[in-house]
Amino acid sequence: MDATPIPRSVSAPTGPAALSPGSQRRARARRRNTLIPFLLPALLLFGGLVLLPILLGVYTSLFKWNGFGGMPTQFVGLDNFVRLLGDDVFIGDLKRGLVLVVLSVLVQLPVALGLALLLNQPLRFRGIYRLIFFAPYVLSEVITGVLFTMVLSPTSGLVNQIFEVFGVSGQAWLADPSRVLLTMFFVVSWKYFGFHMILYLAGRQDIPPELTEAAMMDGASTWQIFRSITLPLLGPTIRISVFLSTIGAIQLFDMVWVLTGGGPIHASETMAVTLFQYGFKRYEVGYASAISVTMFLISLVFALLYQRFVLRRDTEGAVTRAGDIR
Amino acid sequence: MISNALRRRSFLGLAGAAAGAALLPGCRKDGSSSSSKTIDWWHIQNTDPMLSVWAGLARDFEAAHPGVKVNITPLENEAFKAKLTTVTQAGNPPGLFHSWGGGVLEQQVAAGLVKEFSADASAFLSNVSQNGVKLYQLGGKQYGTPYELGMVGFWYNKELFAKAGVSATPKTWGELLGVVRQLKSASVVPIALAGGDKWPAHFYWSYLALRQGGVAGMAEAAKTGAFDGPNFVTAGAKLAELVALEPFQPGFLGAKYMANDGQSAIMGNGQAAMELMGQWAPTIEAAYSTDKKGIGDKLGFFPFPALEGGTGSPTEVLGGANGFAVGKNAPPETLEFVKFLLSPDSQRKAARGGVLPVAAGAEDAIDDPNLRLVHAALKSATGFQLYLDQAYPPAIGQQVNDSVAELVARSSTPEAVAQASPRLRRVSSPSVRH
Repeated sequence: MDATPIPRSVSAPTGPAALSPGSQRRARARRRNTLIPFLLPALLLFGGLVLLPILLGVYTSLFKWNGFGGMPTQFVGLDNFVRLLGDDVFIGDLKRGLVLVVLSVLVQLPVALGLALLLNQPLRFRGIYRLIFFAPYVLSEVITGVLFTMVLSPTSGLVNQIFEVFGVSGQAWLADPSRVLLTMFFVVSWKYFGFHMILYLAGRQDIPPELTEAAMMDGASTWQIFRSITLPLLGPTIRISVFLSTIGAIQLFDMVWVLTGGGPIHASETMAVTLFQYGFKRYEVGYASAISVTMFLISLVFALLYQRFVLRRDTEGAVTRAGDIR
Repeated sequence: MISNALRRRSFLGLAGAAAGAALLPGCRKDGSSSSSKTIDWWHIQNTDPMLSVWAGLARDFEAAHPGVKVNITPLENEAFKAKLTTVTQAGNPPGLFHSWGGGVLEQQVAAGLVKEFSADASAFLSNVSQNGVKLYQLGGKQYGTPYELGMVGFWYNKELFAKAGVSATPKTWGELLGVVRQLKSASVVPIALAGGDKWPAHFYWSYLALRQGGVAGMAEAAKTGAFDGPNFVTAGAKLAELVALEPFQPGFLGAKYMANDGQSAIMGNGQAAMELMGQWAPTIEAAYSTDKKGIGDKLGFFPFPALEGGTGSPTEVLGGANGFAVGKNAPPETLEFVKFLLSPDSQRKAARGGVLPVAAGAEDAIDDPNLRLVHAALKSATGFQLYLDQAYPPAIGQQVNDSVAELVARSSTPEAVAQASPRLRRVSSPSVRH
């Protein structure tokens, strides 16, 4: 212990004081020398695959460019962003995105929470239920999309066959502009509720049974236990799950693309779909880049604000004060 | 956290797609295709019979030219467009790829991605239908060639027409509306339409505009950019008359063209009486029908009817070519291969696979009586208009499709549809024009 100075000695207050200033510098240098080779691959990947594309996206968003050959030349400043603000489809994307986020948080997550609490009870075949509910999450979005185009097909789909038994026929689930977004939300929820359920289940199992027992002994009702013990202690899990769900709704693409392509008449279009339409169908790569930059900023601002105001308590010590601890 | 990483990756894939594409040329500058004798060929005949016909022809060519390899990538229509966009943005197009001519080819040529046919290389094109060859010319230079020239018209189910008591195919738009009413009262779905794909709906608007203004009127509009002229407003109004009859299958707004319950499948299963579609309709109907056979002999063809009061003649056709463009890095043997594919012999094989051949001397191989009808109509056509969503640069073509889709969904007016295109033209006129 004495012979080898520990570079990261937080708990022993005598550690740094016991070292001479010179050896402290050496320790820091050695730490740097160890850190750099470990960080380098990640930094290169992050720079090349994350930072550079973002910067290039920002750069091309300032040009009118059809994307063919070489680099863009026709500089238009912020015109693409101005056009974005007047684009009914894009404004619609924002509204639809908001609807999806609100529905996810108010409907999908409570359902997942309820199921998680239910499946935490000593039920028969509990493991099988958990498996079944989690299964949709394992499917890729594309497979889910293809599956539901069949299930929701107006002429031969399973859903309409069932409805026909009750005398309702020819329902257009994905072809009715006023209904398609809700249908889409249903499919998205079908795929993702299992994931959130597993999160909640894990969070619920982390709550020490002693707390519930003690409350029960004090005569608390089931609702009181849920309200005062389960829910607050599930807080960190819920906050993360809301975060993931929101970011997921903002970036929704694969499922929409396969299910409806954003139609009919843009009624189920999301930002990512609009971005693809402009970039790969209309060859307006400059404008598409402007959409991608906007989408990135929305996600980033949301993530930062959420971290700052909502997740602060959960990440305290791990992220926010890490520097001080070191 | 796995989910988080995946989500982030898919987001970045999207956000960086446009930008990331710009990075690729640096990675793939080695031009592997130019040195070797491998012809990378992307085509869109991803269903039989043409899938096998192309593969067979490629093998024949390889056998006759030792050392040359043809590497085929068959792609579905929309997947092809997306994939080609990515590689052309990277500046590295495949050696030989599908092209419809028109606006997209124009952009590709402007970016220097397409090889020009030299004078001696294009000599063989004298044997090829000139209506089609012209679609691949820009500024007097040849940048590609058709292997098929086709047209759009009504394909109908004779049995369902008979069931509704329709004895003759309609000759005018008014008669067509009458037929639709008759079919509806016989509880037959009059028209199958893939509203989700948009381009099948644009055929109606384009054809009506063509009937109203004629090929001359269309050329005038293309020159001046006046897509909000009376011809186009009338086209929208006439289409609105049809839409008001509710002639399409339930859920048509979400339907795709090629899907198991899409436009082609509904026709192929005999669940709708007609569709407005190009010469490929019989093949695709069969491919997507439940029994993989389609409706066979019961399928008939009639040209788009005349429009009362229109100046266009009913012998003018809306259509397009399927063809090839040669990528800038293609090995020299590629042109030889194109020549081989367009020889009357190869074209005859293609014709037996349902293609309407462009090489003179191959038409005797068209077996299908309906396709012979189409071929005859094309031969005697007094004017030829390329599909509007191909004729114009993609930004405008897609806007036409979008606007017509709104009209068909009854959420737009004929005037708004007509105005949408020139508005877009001002916002984003592409850098290249004729």
